[in-house]
Amino acid sequence: MSMAAAAISENLGAIVGPAQVITNSQQLRAYGAGGRTPKAAIRPGSDQEVAEVVRFARTEKLTLMPTGARTKRDMNIPTAEFDLALDMGRLDRVVAYDPGDLTLSVEAGLPLASLAGVLAEHQQLLPLVVPFLNRATVGGTVASGVDSPLRQFYGTARDYVLGMEFVTGDGRVVKSGGRVVKNVSGYDLHKLMIGSFGSLGVITKVNFRTFPLWTSMRALLARFVSARDAVEMRHRIAQSPLRPLTLEILSPKAAELLFRDLEVPVPFDPPPIGAPSKAPWALLVSFAGTARVLERYERDLRQLAGAGEAAVLDESSTAAALARVREFSPIALESSPFAVIIRMNVLPGEMAQALDAAALAAARQELPWAAMARGVGVIDFALLPGRPPGQRSTAGRVIEGVFEAFGHREGSITIPWCREEYKEAMPARRTPPHDLEQMRKIREAFDPTKVFAPDPLQAWI
Amino acid sequence: MDSRLLDDLKQLLGQQGVLDKPEDLLLYEYDGSVEEARPDCVVFPARTADVVKTVQLAARHRVPLVGRGAGTGLSGGALAREGGIVISFARMNRILQVDVENQRARVQPGVVNADLSLAVRHTGLHFAPDPSSQKACTIGGNVSENSGGPHTLAYGVTTNHVLALEVVLPAGELVRLGSAAVDPPGYDLTGVFVGSEGTFGLVTEITVRLTRLPEAAKTLLAVYDGVEDATQTVCEITARGITPAACEMMDGWTIRAVEEYVHAGFPLDAAAVLLIEVDGLHEVVEAEAEAVAEVCEKHRARSVRVARDAAERDLLWKGRKNAFGAVGRVSPSYYTQDGVIPRTKLPATLRQIGEISRKYNLAIGNVFHAGDGNLHPIILFDQRNKRQFRDAVSAADEIIEFCISTGGSITGEHGVGMEKDRLMPLLFSEADLDLMKRVRGVFNPTGLLNPGKIFPVSKGCGEIYVRPQPAGAAPSK
Repeated sequence: MSMAAAAISENLGAIVGPAQVITNSQQLRAYGAGGRTPKAAIRPGSDQEVAEVVRFARTEKLTLMPTGARTKRDMNIPTAEFDLALDMGRLDRVVAYDPGDLTLSVEAGLPLASLAGVLAEHQQLLPLVVPFLNRATVGGTVASGVDSPLRQFYGTARDYVLGMEFVTGDGRVVKSGGRVVKNVSGYDLHKLMIGSFGSLGVITKVNFRTFPLWTSMRALLARFVSARDAVEMRHRIAQSPLRPLTLEILSPKAAELLFRDLEVPVPFDPPPIGAPSKAPWALLVSFAGTARVLERYERDLRQLAGAGEAAVLDESSTAAALARVREFSPIALESSPFAVIIRMNVLPGEMAQALDAAALAAARQELPWAAMARGVGVIDFALLPGRPPGQRSTAGRVIEGVFEAFGHREGSITIPWCREEYKEAMPARRTPPHDLEQMRKIREAFDPTKVFAPDPLQAWI
Repeated sequence: MDSRLLDDLKQLLGQQGVLDKPEDLLLYEYDGSVEEARPDCVVFPARTADVVKTVQLAARHRVPLVGRGAGTGLSGGALAREGGIVISFARMNRILQVDVENQRARVQPGVVNADLSLAVRHTGLHFAPDPSSQKACTIGGNVSENSGGPHTLAYGVTTNHVLALEVVLPAGELVRLGSAAVDPPGYDLTGVFVGSEGTFGLVTEITVRLTRLPEAAKTLLAVYDGVEDATQTVCEITARGITPAACEMMDGWTIRAVEEYVHAGFPLDAAAVLLIEVDGLHEVVEAEAEAVAEVCEKHRARSVRVARDAAERDLLWKGRKNAFGAVGRVSPSYYTQDGVIPRTKLPATLRQIGEISRKYNLAIGNVFHAGDGNLHPIILFDQRNKRQFRDAVSAADEIIEFCISTGGSITGEHGVGMEKDRLMPLLFSEADLDLMKRVRGVFNPTGLLNPGKIFPVSKGCGEIYVRPQPAGAAPSK
């Protein structure tokens, strides 16, 4: 039986304090998604309060949507209906930071930007340099599994999250892992939480391994006439002893979108306004170290660029260029109100074919596009239509085309970003995991009554 | 064991594929730990289909099943605690595919860790996880235990190098987890499977990442007259932002045991040595080796020696990797712990271990991964002396309790198995353990796969101090 709105907010107020329950429809709009507004938004102040809210929701058969800075509503599948938004913003403490041990424990609502400041004081970093960096929270970043250009060197969150605390669907505070850099006691349940979109539990605390911050960083920007040539340079770097921090290949349109109005210029010529982009493909690779190490990278990378034209960016241009690369998804979404981003995870050796296949599918529908490919084999292919998608949208046909051309290869094709209001118009096709059945059971083990609204497995049902 | 099951197994795998005579089973009673448990039979499948059928037979007869690689594990993970069938992967030892371009390899679980690195060495690649037992241990076992090793300080442990798995679940179902490409969609089942100590499923195929060998490496041996100076060196190397490829420590007692065995040139009168390796580009190695040597000298290292060539480097590493073998030569019984501490707590922890050693009047050697705070105190005792045996176990417990009090863990790389299950409630609440059990239930609902591992057999914190049975001291079953 569902309760009346007034009774709900009274009960929730008893848990978190009346001031932390938002029922004003004006304010609630900020928590809405997919044209839906929750009954209430709750701002718990501790993990125990989170647990109590979850237990209350479970008893009252209300569904919960855990939220951080709400920067990723355009991600993934259509937002399921939900009754209550769980705003984690008040859980924003640095619980423990031991620079000497290179370990860190923080609450989920802590903004990444403020964390970066804390770490920089000790010349350390967390390699989570992700989209919406200026607003994103630790919990939202980990829960959505978004990646960072720095994964080229540091890997992804699964490689440096040491442990976690979270509240499961039965309202219990649970932990896994620990706060030391090496640990095999118990199952690594926290690995399941990374990229689970809040469907398994509400992350309340994350323990990370931190890394020494480099003294000096530079990047080399090389330009090529084709995607294939740029990918070839990626392969030459992979076969060299160099270990760059980041490596991204940008299509002509992507390079234009990211670099055209940079305050710090990068050596790049945007095409005349309105003209079809003839600017070449770009490969941006960054590296760090002492003066001698930087010299070595510059020398070797210029050589590895082969026929490509290459320029080394100074420190501030490097930082500015990487900040744009980091924000590729938001910038692409911003550039067209109807943007859809297709993500192709492929073997690095198949990146060139994957880019060709997607470009061909887009060309057939005469759709503008921009692509960014990470050196590890992750391609974000952004379709930038000028018109809203209809029932049988051109964007949808491109997605089908990409599947036909590449869907049978090792890897996966998903649609991580699409404006909330157009998600329904996109084809439901996404590479299904081989192990969907086990995933469903995992969800049941964490949240037997489905108190958490997000359901990333829905994409395959 | 039901003779019909045994007949079915022999029918399936041939006479040579099944062992059931007591004298043959003796070998499978042990792994590298102090535990023992005898299986009812051991089977040797040659292919995935054999594994599937064996698992189906076991399920039908409701007989426990335990996977086994080389049996080098240090927590009893591969022992049949409740009897039943041990599945040895010794015959499934083929490297199925090496993909140099994509830096991937697909292997069967019985492939020996070092063999994979050897097989791809000519391509300039290697498999980075390097447990001390790497010349014997299998990659299937590494996956089950999420094994580490000296070089995991910079390169990460097994889980960081596993991309996809093919596994047989206890109902006999063959499932693929993950993908050779990065970021497979959905929940990270590969991530939770690695390190599940054989309690989720039997691994039949593993796709791993291969890592490029560094262009250059330097191995430094720093010799100290005081243990404290060595531990302070480790703290300062980290504080200076240097991440060595490896940073290992041996105390005086261990040095002498190792030197007598390996003759690597370790000074017999030292209180401690640090074995530190830096690798990467020539320019990086030069600078870091210099900085590391400076830190060592600042903390009163008596000498800092850089291995002149590959042979000297190999010899130093041989000394380190054979440390446990060396201890085995001088003491019939020893008990090794695997606690982890935050590395800044190293000096305090070693002082505490020293006090515990004096309190119980037992020699405790220390050889460990100092760079990541993973201790391996080796407690020596005489198994015939009951009082000493009890004291050894009490000393081990006190060390682990101290590790936990510093914010550490009960095991860094050896696994919980049947050795540390009783310690789990010191780290995890009932809710934590309950969720872990539910996740185990997703893969292994009947509990027939590797029963009696990880979770304390009895409930409640009051009973966790049931003493383990060190080697030789336990009455055999």
